[in-house]
Amino acid sequence: MKFIDLLHTASSSMLRSKARTILTIIAIFIGATTITLTNGIGTGIKSYLNKQIGNLGATNVLTIQLTNPSSSGPKSASSAPAPYNSNQRVAAISGGRNFEQQLLMSAKNINTIKANPGILSAVPARAISPDYIMGLSGKYQLSLAQQFGATSAQMLAGGGVNNNSSENQITIPGNYVSSLGYSSNQAIIGKTVTIGITSAEGIQSTVTTTVVGVQQIAVIGSASAYANTSLANQLYNIQSTGLPAATVNSYTTVAATFPSNFTPAQITSLENRLKTEGYTGQTVKDRENTVFTALNVIIIVFDMFGVIALLAASFGIVNTLLMSVQERTKEIGLMKALGMSPRRIFTLFSIEAVLIGFWGSALGVGFAALLGKVINTIGQNGFLKDFKGLSLLTFPITTIVAVIVGIMLIAFLAGTLPAIRASKKDPIEALRYE
Amino acid sequence: MNSVVATKNVSKTYGKGEAAFSALENVSLSIAPGESVAVVGKSGSGKSTLMHILALLDKPTNGTVLVDNQDASSLNGRQLDVLRNKRYGFVFQQFFLNEKDTVLNNVILPLKIGRVGRKERLERGMKVLKAVELEEKATSRAGTLSGGQKQRVCIARALINNPGVIFADEPTGNLDSHTGKTVEDLLFRLNKEQGITLIIVTHDPDIAQRCKRQLHIIDGRLTNKGNI
Repeated sequence: MKFIDLLHTASSSMLRSKARTILTIIAIFIGATTITLTNGIGTGIKSYLNKQIGNLGATNVLTIQLTNPSSSGPKSASSAPAPYNSNQRVAAISGGRNFEQQLLMSAKNINTIKANPGILSAVPARAISPDYIMGLSGKYQLSLAQQFGATSAQMLAGGGVNNNSSENQITIPGNYVSSLGYSSNQAIIGKTVTIGITSAEGIQSTVTTTVVGVQQIAVIGSASAYANTSLANQLYNIQSTGLPAATVNSYTTVAATFPSNFTPAQITSLENRLKTEGYTGQTVKDRENTVFTALNVIIIVFDMFGVIALLAASFGIVNTLLMSVQERTKEIGLMKALGMSPRRIFTLFSIEAVLIGFWGSALGVGFAALLGKVINTIGQNGFLKDFKGLSLLTFPITTIVAVIVGIMLIAFLAGTLPAIRASKKDPIEALRYE
Repeated sequence: MNSVVATKNVSKTYGKGEAAFSALENVSLSIAPGESVAVVGKSGSGKSTLMHILALLDKPTNGTVLVDNQDASSLNGRQLDVLRNKRYGFVFQQFFLNEKDTVLNNVILPLKIGRVGRKERLERGMKVLKAVELEEKATSRAGTLSGGQKQRVCIARALINNPGVIFADEPTGNLDSHTGKTVEDLLFRLNKEQGITLIIVTHDPDIAQRCKRQLHIIDGRLTNKGNI
């Protein structure tokens, strides 16, 4: 038999006992729907987080700290306290309920970091604590961070700050626009705002800066405004006025930029090189991966439900086809007597199994996609209102194809036992059957 | 002597040891092209087993089967499949039609198996249906036909590859005497006009008498092999 004839024969014999076929297809359908939905949610959340990650900072920046052997990892009962090193200063950093010892860095460390090939720039990441931001009227609290590298946040209007500009520049989150007295995101671009900051001596002064961009409000990370180098330096100078030089010139964290076209392998090798020099470097992606690892575990657990449903369904296929082989003993015998080879008989029944898998999975995936669309629409108008730009369920074509092909493969495997049984039927026994 | 199918000392034993049952013992025969042969015997005499062995559906325990003067045991599975598909036609007492499929699709099944293209299948299918006078039933479901019509569909299916030999197992066993006669006439006309070798397993003495030669089987033994 030609393949097209086999396909045709398999389809028509599938339809011969409709109820049984449909029930088996429903079982596959449930499994396929479950797997597609869980993967859809996973993909949706991941792609949303991916967009959001941009708001956490530039992707071509390494946040570098000195590796502190005494503070990393759980301490065993026998571990001795770290010996004092006169060249090494430490600071206690609050990390929730715990205070962590963090080694302090100086200009010397920055030079070592800069010496690494691939590092474009390295500057201290200093905490800037402005008192307020003021637009046309009213003063508002502001959390401000220095923009290292290229801006990767999603912009609602305008663009990122320019670190090479001598002009003070800032990008602000979208929820500040109306408070600062402007009617739209576009209206505030190019306008001047005032930032108030108090020095270590307690004297408050103001700095003006141009708003160059409005960012999407970040759901993860604190909703902060970003300052360019010029603004950040000016603010830090005011803030640190009156502080001893030793404090001003020591910092826990250094932000180093590398070319934005670096491959993950190049980034890893850069991180490894820093590690041998005693530094711990992390990109935004590294932090993101920690989140994704947890997310993946959740998705896998959900996928297990789908897999269990499919496992049950595949026994349904075995059962359906075994009954079919039994019922069609005469037909198989006849085809063999008329010269059909056992291999072709095997193929015929395998195709039938794969077809059941195909229809079940295609319908399941289609239904899941439809359901996803409905949930997304409801969600964006309701319970996901606060998460702008989040499509809870996303179905890339690769996932859809992978689910369908995977289930067809499972169906094929489930069909082998009945197909082998059919191919081994003795035509004489089969034709004698009444 | 030239033969389409022949056996030399063929035996067939089912089971082993004490429980062994001998269905055929030392059967030697030779069937010439264009002959019509009736295999006659009581139920359980071994006549169906003999037909299965002649039709290469079964293998003998001992002895050799010759197809066109060639030892059948030298053919592999694929060659046997092709031989049965192209050279042999089968007509069964139980018809073995796919009742839910159309008459035409039933008839062209051997062509489908033999990988013949769609267009040629339709042409040849209609031609053989014409030969058995069922062309107007081509698109009917096989299940809707009468017994006699079903058997004629079976014969059409057997004819579709222009076979050298038709094996018929009790072809009229399920039919009343009148329709049985029609089917019988059709088979013998094919034998006469197209020179197709007929090998008929039957209880019916009328059919047996119309054949040129009768092979009587009693308890697995041929009793009159010299009788032509």
